[in-house]
Amino acid sequence: MSARVNAQDLALAGRLEPTSLDLRGGELTCLVGPNGSGKTSLLHALARIGAPSGTVLIDGVNPAYEPPARRGSLLCYLAASRDISWPLIARDLVGLGLPDGVPQSRIEETLTLLALQTLADRRVDRLSTGERSRLLIARVLATDARLLLLDEPTANLDPLWQLRLMDHLRDLVRTSGRAVLVAIHDLDIARRYADRLLIMESGRVEADGSPSALLTGGHIERVFGITASAEGWRPIP
Amino acid sequence: MRIWVAALLGAIVAAFAASLALPWDVLHALWLRDGALARDIVVELRLPRALLALIYGATLGASGAAIQAMFANPLASPDLTGSTSGAALGAVIAAYIFGLASPFAMAVGAVVGALAALGLLLLLAGPRAETATFLLAGLATSALAGALTTLALALAPSPFAFYDAYQWLMGSLVDRSLGQAAFAAVPAAIAILLLARLSRPLDTLVLGEEVVQSLGHNIGRLRLWVVCLSALGVGVCVAVCGAVGFIGLVAPVFARRIVRGHPGRAILPAALIGALLLAAADLLTRSAPIGRSLPLGVITALLGAPFFLWLVAHMRWSLSR
Repeated sequence: MSARVNAQDLALAGRLEPTSLDLRGGELTCLVGPNGSGKTSLLHALARIGAPSGTVLIDGVNPAYEPPARRGSLLCYLAASRDISWPLIARDLVGLGLPDGVPQSRIEETLTLLALQTLADRRVDRLSTGERSRLLIARVLATDARLLLLDEPTANLDPLWQLRLMDHLRDLVRTSGRAVLVAIHDLDIARRYADRLLIMESGRVEADGSPSALLTGGHIERVFGITASAEGWRPIP
Repeated sequence: MRIWVAALLGAIVAAFAASLALPWDVLHALWLRDGALARDIVVELRLPRALLALIYGATLGASGAAIQAMFANPLASPDLTGSTSGAALGAVIAAYIFGLASPFAMAVGAVVGALAALGLLLLLAGPRAETATFLLAGLATSALAGALTTLALALAPSPFAFYDAYQWLMGSLVDRSLGQAAFAAVPAAIAILLLARLSRPLDTLVLGEEVVQSLGHNIGRLRLWVVCLSALGVGVCVAVCGAVGFIGLVAPVFARRIVRGHPGRAILPAALIGALLLAAADLLTRSAPIGRSLPLGVITALLGAPFFLWLVAHMRWSLSR
């Protein structure tokens, strides 16, 4: 069954204007916007981080009233920070904080999917930032959460893994019916993979639509101050 | 893990039995002459001492593991965060300034002192400080509490305050009663069990505060629980037995080897290891070949300080790899 996420009047003081939106299962939604436009704040508000106002319903259930043991099956959040200094074993990090029902075999499958088997028994604090990123992404992918919120999942990944990850997220959305919201800076990746694009500016959703419509209209020029050219994106003089 | 826990429990039982029986030749000779007196010595003198070693050690181990998990810093512990010194200060003020020397009043003073020290540390260093900042803030908090303790003793109405407090401040399990052991056991057990209930959210703190919040845990409340429960357990034990260092630092390091490095899951194993370490240290205080018993805090510091130096060197070596 496809997930249904309904957010009403979500706001974080000084960071996110009151925002209402629906996210549909089976749809990969990308969130773009300049630095400080409120992408992370919107993810935080949906994940109930930092005491936001407003309500979120995931398949009709408000995660704010769910205990930690049940909240993990509703939503899973990938933070933008990959800074983990505690000397934990990589395999254990992937299983950290997951709902009780997630079997060890799922963790192993996810490690294999992201080619992390050879790193699985190493200490997290001794891995590169890119390897840690893949581990933290594996943790999110190992859950059954109906809503996945990923803050810059492609940051620190090499080009091959950026594409592999986005391919996998697209497949996951199609096959599992989960709702996925990805904050991302790379407009080309957003164009290639997003089913739906949200453009943020000054703490509010400025535009909401298909990537093909929004990336070719005037939104990108106005919000980012860049324009498309034959060589790619370039600043507007 | 079960094998480790069973081995630890076995070692604790052995240390407890040794604490009751040693020195055996004295007890045996006494038993042959006067069985009732020998029984009184075991029940009235050695049993409270053995019980308090386990209670205090377990509290220091569990509190150390929880504080290390909360600060995400393996060098955090009740003594290095200043909470032991703060507890000693609180108890000294209660007993020598306000003249409230009952166990309950001293325990309340110690808990308030430990809370104040941990609060000051959080204020100075922040919840996720760099190791250097953290150690400096802990050092400053400990130094301040130590200086204020000396000042309080100097200002105390009793001219014998320094002498009275000296042995207690160095940490001692000698001449405690079963009543004092029972008095410390209840809050210590409550603190350890409630800290163990926080092991799961404390484990997830490895992933960062944002992820912990997204899982539905209240970060502020989590910190408050760790601070209050540690202060309760350590404060009551300090009020009864004085300040004992390094057990809260050492026990969690070994405990994490049993639980694959999980900071929160290490709380209960750290309690067992702390109990064993302090019982062993207390046996050592009686076994020193100098004809008299050494202060417990001296033994734990003599063993713990080199371990602390090794830990710092090991962390530096790990970072350079």
